[in-house]
Amino acid sequence: MSNSLILERAQRFLSALRHCQVLGLTVHAIDNERLTLRLPYSRQIIGNPETGVIHGGAITTLMDTTCGISTICVLPDFEICPTLDLRIDYMRPAEPNKDVFGVAECYRVTPNIIFTRGYAYQDDPSQPIANVVGTFMRMGKGPQGDTALKSSALKPEQLKGAIDGGQA
Amino acid sequence: MSENTLPPLDLSQVVQAAHQSNNYDELLELTPYAKLLGIECLRLGDDMVFRIPANKDSIGNPILPAIHGGVIAGFMEHSAMLHLLMFMGTPHFPKIIDFSIDYLRAGHYRDTFASCQVWRQGRRVANVAITAWQTTRSEPIATARAHFKVDEP
Repeated sequence: MSNSLILERAQRFLSALRHCQVLGLTVHAIDNERLTLRLPYSRQIIGNPETGVIHGGAITTLMDTTCGISTICVLPDFEICPTLDLRIDYMRPAEPNKDVFGVAECYRVTPNIIFTRGYAYQDDPSQPIANVVGTFMRMGKGPQGDTALKSSALKPEQLKGAIDGGQA
Repeated sequence: MSENTLPPLDLSQVVQAAHQSNNYDELLELTPYAKLLGIECLRLGDDMVFRIPANKDSIGNPILPAIHGGVIAGFMEHSAMLHLLMFMGTPHFPKIIDFSIDYLRAGHYRDTFASCQVWRQGRRVANVAITAWQTTRSEPIATARAHFKVDEP
């Protein structure tokens, strides 16, 4: 899949998620290997009023979203993939007043499950503030794998249609 | 001090006043992220139940619609922090070390509740399990566990 097509899909996916719009998440970079999203620093996501450090929940949202949308990098068609589980290890506290970048890749894809991993950083990707692993379920799966998947997978147009229909 | 930080505050005093008046608003309003999600707490005897009301700004799946998994996780993480502040005498905001969540059911567009269990409180680290549910406590939408550092500001 071309990089411009997956970029378009990722941006469309992200724009459909209301809470991600509230946090101001944007697509920073995407290719066939990995996705990077950007979480801008803002007062509304401060978790520790004593230090101004953002809440772990905002980083969890960033990484759940990054891992979830990174499935676009490896799937031929758009599928909704709900999170089965997610684990975050904090390497160091985030610094106040700085954006956070979330990077994720899918390292194993099966007909039912997608295994993802990633990290969050601020200035230097080699000094991550958090490491993440997440497991996602494929809803567009079928006994024959890709064939059944293509016919049943939800298309971005349908997702957009559902949003235009007033459900969001 | 940056414009985003508050002057040093006496958290223990805030917690004590909240317990006495059975009004936790001041404690909740200290944290902007808790206000963003709309976290509330309800004291039931010696138990504390946390709640986030249904909020369109928390939606992460427009099809169902369902609450964003990150909102559920952030709510559960903050519930654990509040639980430590309220019941374990933690003098500062606990610092997250790691967080692991299992999503068991879709978190639909409705009120969500959480309760916490401290399995181990050491001098430096606490281990907390958190359960979140919507319709009935016996059908949780997510379970999580977290470690916090509790010994420094």
